[in-house]
Amino acid sequence: MTGRRLEHGGQIDRAQALRFRFDGRALTGHPGDTLASALLANGVRLVGRSFKYHRPRGILSAGPEEPNALVTLRSGARAEPNTRATVAELFDGLTATSQNRWPSLRFDALAINDLAAPLLGAGFYYKTFMWPAAFWERVYEPLIRRAAGLGRLSGAPDPDAYDKGFLHADLLVIGAGPAGLAAALAAGRAGARVVLADEDFRMGGRLNAETFALGDTTGADWAAAAVAELAGMAHVRLLPRTTVFGAFDHGIYGAVERVADHLPDPPPGTPRQILWRITTRRTILAAGATERPIAFADNDRPGVMLAGSLRAYANRWGVAPGKRVAVFTNNDDGLRTARDLRAHGVRVAAVIDARPDAPDPRIDGARHLPGAVVIGTSGRLGLTDVTVRTADVREFRIDCDALGVSGGWNPALHLTCHQRGRPVWDDRIAAFAPGPDLPPGMAVAGAAAGVPSTHGALHSGHAAAAEALDALGRTAPPADLPQAEDAPLALRPLWHVPGTRRAWLDLQNDVTVKDIAQAQHEGFGAVEHMKRYTTLGMATDQGKIANVPALGVMAELTGRSIAETGTTIFRPPYTPVSLGALGGRATGPTFKPTRLTPTHPWAEAQGAVFVEVGQWLRAQYFPRAGETHWRQSVDREVLAVRAGVGLCDVTTLGKIDIQGTDAARFVNRVYCNGFARLAVGRVRYGLMLREDGIVMDDGTTARLAEDHFVMTTTTANAGPVFRHLEFARQCLWPDLDVQLISTTDAWAQIAVAGPKSRTLLQRVIDPGHDISNAAFPFMACGAVTVCGGLRARLFRISFSGELAYELAVPARYGNALMERLMERGADLGATPYGTEALSVLRIEKGHAAGGELDGRTTAQNLRLGRMVSTKKDSIGAVAARRPGLNTEDTLELVGLRARRPDSRLAAGSHLFAPAARTEAANDLGWVSSAAFSPHLGAPIALAFLRGGAARQGEVLRAVNLLSGQDTEVEVTSPHFIDPDGERLRA
Amino acid sequence: MRYSALRLLREALRGNRGWERAWRDPEPQPEYDIVIIGGGGHGLATAHYLASRYGQARVAVLEKGWIGSGNVGRNTTIIRSNYLLDGNQPFYEFSLRLWEGLEQDLNYNAMVSQRGVLNLCHSDAQRDAFVRRGNAMKLHGADAELLDTEAVRAMYPWLNFDNARFPIRGGLLQRRGGTVRHDAVAWGYARAADSRGVDIIQNCEVTGLRIADGRVTGVDTSRGVIGAGKVGVAVAGNSSRVMAMAGLRLPIESHVLQAFVTEGLKPLIDGVITFGAGHFYVSQSDKGGLVFGGDIDGYNSYAQRGNLPVVEDVVESGMALMPAIGRARLLRMWGGVMDMSMDGSPIIDRTPVDGLYFNGGWCYGGFKATPASGMAFAHLLATDTPHPTAAAYRLDRFRHGRMIDEKGMGAQPNLH
Amino acid sequence: MIIPHPLLGPRDAQEFTYMGDAALIDRPDGMAEGAAEAFDTYLHARDNPAGLHRELWYHEAGDRSWLVVTRDTRTHEITQVELARDVARARGRSQ
Repeated sequence: MTGRRLEHGGQIDRAQALRFRFDGRALTGHPGDTLASALLANGVRLVGRSFKYHRPRGILSAGPEEPNALVTLRSGARAEPNTRATVAELFDGLTATSQNRWPSLRFDALAINDLAAPLLGAGFYYKTFMWPAAFWERVYEPLIRRAAGLGRLSGAPDPDAYDKGFLHADLLVIGAGPAGLAAALAAGRAGARVVLADEDFRMGGRLNAETFALGDTTGADWAAAAVAELAGMAHVRLLPRTTVFGAFDHGIYGAVERVADHLPDPPPGTPRQILWRITTRRTILAAGATERPIAFADNDRPGVMLAGSLRAYANRWGVAPGKRVAVFTNNDDGLRTARDLRAHGVRVAAVIDARPDAPDPRIDGARHLPGAVVIGTSGRLGLTDVTVRTADVREFRIDCDALGVSGGWNPALHLTCHQRGRPVWDDRIAAFAPGPDLPPGMAVAGAAAGVPSTHGALHSGHAAAAEALDALGRTAPPADLPQAEDAPLALRPLWHVPGTRRAWLDLQNDVTVKDIAQAQHEGFGAVEHMKRYTTLGMATDQGKIANVPALGVMAELTGRSIAETGTTIFRPPYTPVSLGALGGRATGPTFKPTRLTPTHPWAEAQGAVFVEVGQWLRAQYFPRAGETHWRQSVDREVLAVRAGVGLCDVTTLGKIDIQGTDAARFVNRVYCNGFARLAVGRVRYGLMLREDGIVMDDGTTARLAEDHFVMTTTTANAGPVFRHLEFARQCLWPDLDVQLISTTDAWAQIAVAGPKSRTLLQRVIDPGHDISNAAFPFMACGAVTVCGGLRARLFRISFSGELAYELAVPARYGNALMERLMERGADLGATPYGTEALSVLRIEKGHAAGGELDGRTTAQNLRLGRMVSTKKDSIGAVAARRPGLNTEDTLELVGLRARRPDSRLAAGSHLFAPAARTEAANDLGWVSSAAFSPHLGAPIALAFLRGGAARQGEVLRAVNLLSGQDTEVEVTSPHFIDPDGERLRA
Repeated sequence: MRYSALRLLREALRGNRGWERAWRDPEPQPEYDIVIIGGGGHGLATAHYLASRYGQARVAVLEKGWIGSGNVGRNTTIIRSNYLLDGNQPFYEFSLRLWEGLEQDLNYNAMVSQRGVLNLCHSDAQRDAFVRRGNAMKLHGADAELLDTEAVRAMYPWLNFDNARFPIRGGLLQRRGGTVRHDAVAWGYARAADSRGVDIIQNCEVTGLRIADGRVTGVDTSRGVIGAGKVGVAVAGNSSRVMAMAGLRLPIESHVLQAFVTEGLKPLIDGVITFGAGHFYVSQSDKGGLVFGGDIDGYNSYAQRGNLPVVEDVVESGMALMPAIGRARLLRMWGGVMDMSMDGSPIIDRTPVDGLYFNGGWCYGGFKATPASGMAFAHLLATDTPHPTAAAYRLDRFRHGRMIDEKGMGAQPNLH
Repeated sequence: MIIPHPLLGPRDAQEFTYMGDAALIDRPDGMAEGAAEAFDTYLHARDNPAGLHRELWYHEAGDRSWLVVTRDTRTHEITQVELARDVARARGRSQ
């Protein structure tokens, strides 16, 4: 117990207590606390274990850069692993559990790894675990996998909801510290639409963590007043608790607002988080800077913290992280920590300042050690003392339970790199600053731009806003900014203190200075090689802590400058983003829209079983009482169609309305077979090729008038075919007089199939329309009215091979039409049938469908090669003539009939000669669609067979090696039913 | 220097000071028998097999940046041979067999981990297609199993079985599929090739191809002219740019593919899972991150970065399949430039320029192909004849109508 | 990305479907001499530039216009957007 709550100070509500638990221990904090500040206030220092060596870890920082203090927040299905305690807002009832330790945080068995550390250095695993080969998956890897990883997911579905939203702004300001607030005030006062986003729950940035004045008030109060003014502007949107995580093309930013993460559970109707897609004309990045540590021996003990964070805990949260603190710095900012802590009444043991000429901050009771460095620390589970080497090479210990380390500040320039912009080294701040190639429309202000002082931040924020306003055609108001500190950082770079013990750079992944040296030595000297070989910067802090110090170390090792050594650029996300937020509402049943057919309510009432067909939900079959297996239902439906009349909703097939004086020319070019002379009132089967000569789709197209066609497509290709036709119309033949519109959803279409279909139709079609065989023969079409005046279209087409029609009515009448047809057809045995029966019927008839049209099929494969007209220029005709698509032994569509009615014949089986070995060289083809034909009483199939047209009557084997089926089949015509088409012309 | 557990122990006791460079850092020589442009997985593998299997020692690999900086360093690390078509299946099965012996061949642990690749299906039509594909795999000597819903549930009970828009109807499992530590592949090949005398030259950008009388004689580079008897190009997303130096237009477009990794988690996903009703595939790395990806962004790009719609699309699919991952966090995302070909399959072939050979068009499937691609390219470079498993990967197959179109999408690269 | 549609103003690229190089407008005459060779080049050979690229986008979730977008494939910057129909006519396509 070293940390404690100070008597006074901090932006916390001391009047209210919040109860929470850490590893089961009951603790209290206050509104305004983070989990980290509350843990420190309760004297908790040990909060986690490192990844590889399971070394004890404490809280390092007070922000999103935290590599150590990772906990599993909440429990059950809401368990949220790897949550940084430094950004988790405390709420009443919060539970947190430490991770990656067993059996307990204090006694972690895998800490034994640390003893083997010399064996487990950079890249050790690439050099061993190779013998015997089979041991990798069975022995080594399972051990590694179990030891690796951090927190654990519950395995249960996330119970919370996530939303997505869109925002549009003239100016997006990222970060509400002094620069961001100054920018937002200027733009807001000028009337621009501003979005101001800050990851913290309290806007103000470092102003909340500092004690210096802004004008005649405190930084925190100035920030609060600025936020209040902005909140009063209708055109300004404040987004606290919102992390802008990525800069994407054309002024689009991704942001996540944590709407309910600070509450015990999201209130009803409230999402946990919202993913905002912010489209903005201008952006000001004012994300501040991140402090970086200095590496020295054993610098990873709980109690070693970033100096700026140490004072942030004191200033903002009223917490002293230690009873007796020391500061190790190479710049003036570190001195502020010593001063502020002393002002809060905390004992400061020493100010260890690496700069030989360091100014004496004159802190009561503190030793001032210019030119000194920390060369070691002690304390098994928390810091007890540090060993110091002074400028005159004396070494001694200083007792302290908290050490604030400051190695300087790195601008938080991550978003400047998201479009591959590279940061540039700036010697003035000894850090990488934003490079010249910013995402278009972005400017950087304040500490993120490498402007170190508060005065500079305020003014650069205002100036960036003024520039943006100018570009937006607005005038910036005069700068009305308070006086603020303008002290230089006076930094003298120091990356690590040489020594023999391990000095840690990546505290989570356990990467030391030695590891970097070893990587360099083994030839992994490119920055990316070093990172990948050592895993430095690959931890959940994404290198925010380790990357720049490691570059400094690399530069020292090679004697090059950091600028010569290189840099790594940052990719999105700026901080880790929950997958829930990126998924939004598109999960579970709402993953994709569900399209319902017009007759869906009726089908539901019939007890239909539905099946997903793309986004559509279609009736698969209609079970009746007593039917226990789907096959019983499907067989009954098939036989009903063949013997009487069946009804099936075929609305999902694409319908494209084609009109214009050039409509016939157009249709003739997009189908490979002739359409120019199709008579009005007639329908024709059309085969559509892609330009590469492969079959794209097929369907029937009706000519309703001289200048009016209705094309149908397969369900799956309704969208792609329409797109293809628009391409042809707009890009290939822009001056044809032809217009297209998709009418798939406008017309409900019902197939009425079977020998009694005409009889049934005559009962609903209004008198005056003659649909006798003579007046309305096979492949006729025309406008009719039904049920007393309802406009409709009738097509005499057949997918089943029976006398059949498709009747289309405006979609809103589809359900009623189906009910009427069923009612009028009751005495005819009218039977609804679903997609299964539809499929059996079409296989029996030998019609190609999805199984046959897999995007590789040629007209020749379908034995429709002669349909590809050579007399006209249609899409795909030229490429279809390529030699590879027209070989002698090409695959040709055949029918297969199982020799034994009780055998099984599976789609996907491959075909072999009776005595052939089942290996690739003997593969004769494959089964594209299979069904049990109740009509024939045997399993049948459509298949593509090498030279199939000439093999009718042969006996082959359909082999499915996955199920062990080896089925004797006879090659037949694909037309199992009525090969001469007498039924459909009846 | 041989790597072994014993060596590790010895070096540990000596403070890890005795390790040698994994590969040298040589100055380019004036001339080589074979120059390979591109120090990615395929180029380095080619060099290794040229040196170890075809006795070619005067070989250089030229890399404009650092080796492994292309797609071998940014992918989702999956290996498998679950292909359908005759042109592809033997090649990828050959590749999988090379993976299986890779570490002993290279003396480098690339963590080849055969924990299984499971493709899920969500409709009868998809299952039929899996039957066809699984049979094709088995006919070519690969392993394949068809699982029903319950078998999938037994493997991954926490997938979304009961509340899904597209219910899981089964899956095609290849147990020998899995993952490999991607960077280690580049490093292992580089080290092995280097040990046989191959010069691996980093920071050496090729700026021109020297061609005289229809024959290649060398390359211009940022480090001077390098003569070459033969030049092999293996530059993935930059294929069109490099081959344009020889005046050739390729059946290739460059597209960006994004990939993603979460924070480290305790083991959840043992093998590789692909969703059949959306764009999502996932595995879990040994470090614990969920490594996942989806579809390409879909527009030509050399920018090595993508946009938000595809990020959302991929994660939506992931959440639809695995509602338990909602509280995991995306840690890193990146984009790689893919050499998308006109039929989705690669090209390993001679070119109209004598002595110039091309290896590319890998789309987003190049990683798993690395060993076979290296072997086949080495074979072609050394013998001037195509390797038997890569005989279909001809540059002129489009002209002749012999496409190898696994997805059946035709000559539109972004659809493959 | 945002595509400035010549008729509708700025639209999110998510509303569009991409096809590829705008050279696909230049479909050869299938009845002409040498059509096989011409179609091979048309279908398969691509400049695939790292730089300015004229490419076809279809406003599928919008007004169904095909557009020719000029975009830098290195930066994704869009510098020009035209109706594909206008481009096709300018390239001599008609009926």
